[in-house]
Amino acid sequence: MAQVAEQNYTEADPNADQNQFLTFTLGGEVYAIEILSIREIIDYGNLTTVPMMPAFIRGVINLRGSVVPVVDLAARFDGEPAGITKRTGIIIIEIPDGETTLNIGAIVDGVNEVLEIPPGDIEPAPSFGARIRTDFIKGMGKVDGKFLVLLDVANVLSIDELSLLDEVQHQAQPETPTETALSEPSGEGI
Amino acid sequence: MSQDEDVQLFETEAGELLDDMEQSLLQLENNPGDMDHINSVFRAAHTIKGSAGLFAYEALIGFTHGVESVLDRVRAGELAISQELLSLLLSCRDVMGQLVDAAVAGHDGGSAEVQQKGRALSAQLDTYLEDSLQVPEPHLAASDENPGRESVPADTAQGDYWHISIRFGHDVLRNGMDPQSFIRYLGTQGDIVSLVTLWDEMPAAEYMDPESCYLAFEIEFDTDLNKLAIEEIFQFVIDDCRLRILPPLTKLPQYQAVIEETDTDEQQRLGEILVKSGATTSREIDEALQQQTTTQTNSEPDEPIGKVLLREGVVLPEVIETAVAKQKQVRENQALANKSIRVSADKLEQLIDLVGELVISSANTRLLGDRTRDTALIESLENMSRLVEDIRDTGLGLRMVPIGETFNRFRRVVRDVSQSMGKDIELELSGSDKELDKTVVEKIGDPLMHLVRNAIDHGIESAETRQENNKPARGKLKLNAYHDSGSIVIEVEDDGGGLPRDKILDKARQLGLVSPNQSLSDQEVYRLIFEPGFSTAEQVTNISGRGVGMDVVRRNIEALRGQVDVESRPGKGSRFSIRLPLTLAIIDGFLVRVGDASYVIPLDMVEECVELPAHANDDQANEYINLRGEVLPFIHLGELFRETGGRSRRENIVVTSFAGQKAGLVVDELLGEYQTVIKPLGKIFSHLEGVSGATILGSGEVAMIIDVPELIQRVAMNGNRRIRDGVEMPSMLAH
Repeated sequence: MAQVAEQNYTEADPNADQNQFLTFTLGGEVYAIEILSIREIIDYGNLTTVPMMPAFIRGVINLRGSVVPVVDLAARFDGEPAGITKRTGIIIIEIPDGETTLNIGAIVDGVNEVLEIPPGDIEPAPSFGARIRTDFIKGMGKVDGKFLVLLDVANVLSIDELSLLDEVQHQAQPETPTETALSEPSGEGI
Repeated sequence: MSQDEDVQLFETEAGELLDDMEQSLLQLENNPGDMDHINSVFRAAHTIKGSAGLFAYEALIGFTHGVESVLDRVRAGELAISQELLSLLLSCRDVMGQLVDAAVAGHDGGSAEVQQKGRALSAQLDTYLEDSLQVPEPHLAASDENPGRESVPADTAQGDYWHISIRFGHDVLRNGMDPQSFIRYLGTQGDIVSLVTLWDEMPAAEYMDPESCYLAFEIEFDTDLNKLAIEEIFQFVIDDCRLRILPPLTKLPQYQAVIEETDTDEQQRLGEILVKSGATTSREIDEALQQQTTTQTNSEPDEPIGKVLLREGVVLPEVIETAVAKQKQVRENQALANKSIRVSADKLEQLIDLVGELVISSANTRLLGDRTRDTALIESLENMSRLVEDIRDTGLGLRMVPIGETFNRFRRVVRDVSQSMGKDIELELSGSDKELDKTVVEKIGDPLMHLVRNAIDHGIESAETRQENNKPARGKLKLNAYHDSGSIVIEVEDDGGGLPRDKILDKARQLGLVSPNQSLSDQEVYRLIFEPGFSTAEQVTNISGRGVGMDVVRRNIEALRGQVDVESRPGKGSRFSIRLPLTLAIIDGFLVRVGDASYVIPLDMVEECVELPAHANDDQANEYINLRGEVLPFIHLGELFRETGGRSRRENIVVTSFAGQKAGLVVDELLGEYQTVIKPLGKIFSHLEGVSGATILGSGEVAMIIDVPELIQRVAMNGNRRIRDGVEMPSMLAH
């Protein structure tokens, strides 16, 4: 009983929310995102592709009357577009943009669970060795003796970078974007 | 009405009056003797002072009083309009605006800077007033026609005063008005020679309601104001009181003179004649007219308005006689009043949003209805859609405002900027009546301002250079607007030296925007000025820019789904044309299917649809067809957009036309007209060319809206890699 009461308490504590993470799988790997930046989770479907965009921008969906872009996280990480299965879902993430927030959907292979990871169990990102870009990693969460990548959504879904990438892709047409073009948006100096 | 609402009303009213004042002052520049404009300037200043009096905005009253005094002298013909005076008055108008803003914001008097400016201007105004003191006598002699209103009490001491009789309504106090404040304010506008308070309406103590007002006043008032101006003092209680203003006897010949001088071409009613001469105000006429209609039923059928006015005691018999005589010369005419309602922009916005939702949901209903194959239902839905379409058009029409207001603002800009640069420039406006969405109008001001300033600054040469080149010394700047296939085109044209082609090219090479051996057409060179990088450094000519570059102009216009282009002829001038959509919210679209996806093409740009000839589909075939003897190039949307899914056997070409250029878009299926509520695509897609936005179909699916001009430009560019490599890839600079 005492334990249940304690858990209820921690759930009500607003600070506790900051330690909560949603885990999901993507290409066999498990990642986590802070629950505070997540707006909702919806099933994959009814996606409209936007022409002439890089592969990792899968398209847009109609989220109750507003048009929300959907990013393929797998393609953003290693260039392989995600396959669509029954478990595929879209996590709608809120990205701060100036004074407002923008909603962006992220395609994942499957949503797992909400975990609580206390700050003490979070290690800084390794400077190399991870499969994804270091600045995409906010930290490494220690859960049951295993590490799991906590994503830095502001960098993964950086609006500036996404729109610039689109431009680079654009100019590189008709060739498909290369890895270098993706990782160093050279048009930045305008 | 709460105090807040009053202040808000004051702010709006003052804003409009200040705009009028500015326009009239600018008109006076060309037409220094135009009495209408002089009066309108005076009226503006006077009314602002009057309203400010009710809120006790002392600084504003004090400053405006000086302005008004000078204007009064102008009106009386004692001061001639000069260039310096106009400049001074324009500056005064600006300070008045700042004082109004400050007063409304709660700190009457404004910042130290404003106060200082105000003092400096007041001092200048005083110099115009001092003149009058040196030549006082002659004006008094001429006071029959133009009584020296500026003259001080001494000359009006003939016992000849305005008579104001005011009976306050019982509810005046309850409505938050204090009769005393009006009397006090009246006192600041002239001399109250005598005042008799009447309390004959006051009931016995036991019946008296302390919240009711029973007071009435008979006032002998000495002032330089005209009747309308006196009436305006009581503007806030006018519906709540019975007000009679009788002019001093000396005014009589003046009224009669004015009536006789009135243009015989104009057809007027008696009331209008009287109002125009200043003998009555329009409110008095309205009241009399009401009286007339009520009495009509029970007494004589046709009591002339003149008689009603006489009986009501608002006007002197002699004036009526003159006016009646005048009226005989002219025929009667119905005045068309321009009626309007003020609505808050938010409410309108909300309505437009709702209309947008209605359009989407009606599309959905139609879609479902079509599935039932119930003809009666489908017919009724057709009807409904038509109505929804009408509502949409009317709704959007509410937000349409003429571009003229924006254009007029530039009179002042052109005047000030050209003067400060020592150039003589004439502004010509045309197409001012063309309408476009308010939100577009609001956002187009800045880019236009930049283009206009640029034209004055860099475009039009100095008078000497112009004369050397056999051009009139006076430069000409034209602002023009016209409608063209669903968009509005705004042109800024100057007759200056044109864009310096070689300098632009040099600069572009320096910046690395163009490779040294690249050859560009004139048009391509001129377009370079819209490239980023041309803005930040020194401008092509040495007079530097003002922080906003042409690339910002282009970006602002593109953000409005518009386009900007430039034409230029050396020595003759340049013309910038801005093409904008009429509205940002809803468009008529043409729905097509490409592969598995639906796309919307703006209907204004669709000319016709033709079937794609089978032979045109070979891989080797040229991408154009013969359209009734014309060459029509086309774009395979499916290939360009890499849409997957079934290509239909019978493909169609949607023939689009834009700015005189035709192009075909090959699609798989034509789905028909579709009312398209535009949803923005968001920042991520800001660089996407060829798609201007998205819309939500009745099925809930999202469809892209094709930006035809951009798409064509993009495809055309692709055929010319050389330019793309040079201009379109700023990333080359880094290497």
